Amino acid sequence: MDNILDVRGLEKEYPGFCLRDVSFSLPEGYIMGFIGPNGAGKTTTIKLILNMIERGGGSVKILGLDNIEAEETVKEQLGAVFDTCYFPSKWNCGDVERAMALFYKRWDRARFFDYLREFGIDRGKKVGELSRGMQMKLMLSCAFSHEARLLILDEPTYGLDPVSRDELLDILAGYIENGQRSVLFSTHITSDLERAADYITYIKDGAIFYTGAKDEFEDMYRKVKGGPEDLTGELERKLLGLRRYSNGFEALIRTQDLRNSRLLTEPATIDDIIVFTSREDESYE
Amino acid sequence: MELAEGPVLRECFGKAPMKLIISNVSGVPIYEQLKDQIKSAILSGEISEGEALPSLRTLAKELRISVLTVTRAYTELEQEGFVKNVQGRGCFALGRGSELMREQLLRNVEEGLEAAVSAARIAGLTDDELRGMLDILLEEDNG
Repeated sequence: MDNILDVRGLEKEYPGFCLRDVSFSLPEGYIMGFIGPNGAGKTTTIKLILNMIERGGGSVKILGLDNIEAEETVKEQLGAVFDTCYFPSKWNCGDVERAMALFYKRWDRARFFDYLREFGIDRGKKVGELSRGMQMKLMLSCAFSHEARLLILDEPTYGLDPVSRDELLDILAGYIENGQRSVLFSTHITSDLERAADYITYIKDGAIFYTGAKDEFEDMYRKVKGGPEDLTGELERKLLGLRRYSNGFEALIRTQDLRNSRLLTEPATIDDIIVFTSREDESYE
Repeated sequence: MELAEGPVLRECFGKAPMKLIISNVSGVPIYEQLKDQIKSAILSGEISEGEALPSLRTLAKELRISVLTVTRAYTELEQEGFVKNVQGRGCFALGRGSELMREQLLRNVEEGLEAAVSAARIAGLTDDELRGMLDILLEEDNG
């Protein structure tokens, strides 16, 4: 299986923030959720992949080509959707079409207008008059009309109502159906990922915490709850993000460390894992 | 064609698609739910021998689940002898005659009989009374 995206040892330093040795890969035909708390480095990583900022070190390969050395070829294969629309708000869809046609060799005008119709976007409206959901679909239409093989979405569901989020997931599932295209999708709304994502990459404090299959990620941890007397010193050493209250405690535990059957255990959601593993750091401060 | 002595591959037309329902709150992993439902559709004959299962990616898209989840379900179904994955052609149901599936069917019968035996012990039935009941049921079924 070929990787559409291969990120190796990516580094970037800002005052007070540093991206360290970020590596992950996304095979052809799958959806990867890119998660982590605010300020963990998601957007920095995405900007480095899109070559919007200068990288400090490491490499990014898209369809086997370096994203800087072969920038023009690579960008033909890339579609990007951000939380805010990158087209001037005074443009109408025709202006957007004319601008895109200049940039992409394989731009397909007829297909673009087909997508606008399919997504119910009014061609006459100005970008600024479109709702957030419609702006997102406009950006998707652009990506789909130049045959992008890798779609990168940075917080695409931010500020969207449940109906538009649902539509987006449907569109993405259809996009990867032929097995030749992939999606990298950063989001805080992890319920979007629970079902649709095949892979998860979890970044925390500028470093990769986990990258791999989503099901394995969820299987790695369980949520445990118990009474005050259940919390032995031995158990406590195995717990992550422990929260005590007067009548009991709750925490995350690695599935392999789970022995005590007196504890109430629940499957951990993606949100649980992010919350408990982030809490872990605070307790050291 | 790799399936020389295997099942006959065919498409089924004019037949209602099998029912597949995924619960998000049951606590049963999604791949297990898929497996169980496909298994019972094959065992009940709802899907017949050689019939194509929905393509992996289409099913993932329609059920809105991960492609890897469907892959896992199909792979395990193959290991258990219910289906055969043919590279580039799809996933096909094997007949109820396949050895592994035969075993599964026999196990179902045994489990049912074991349950009947333990219920009979609790009710205080003699072995002959139990056999008598089975004979009556068999007669009714054959009649």
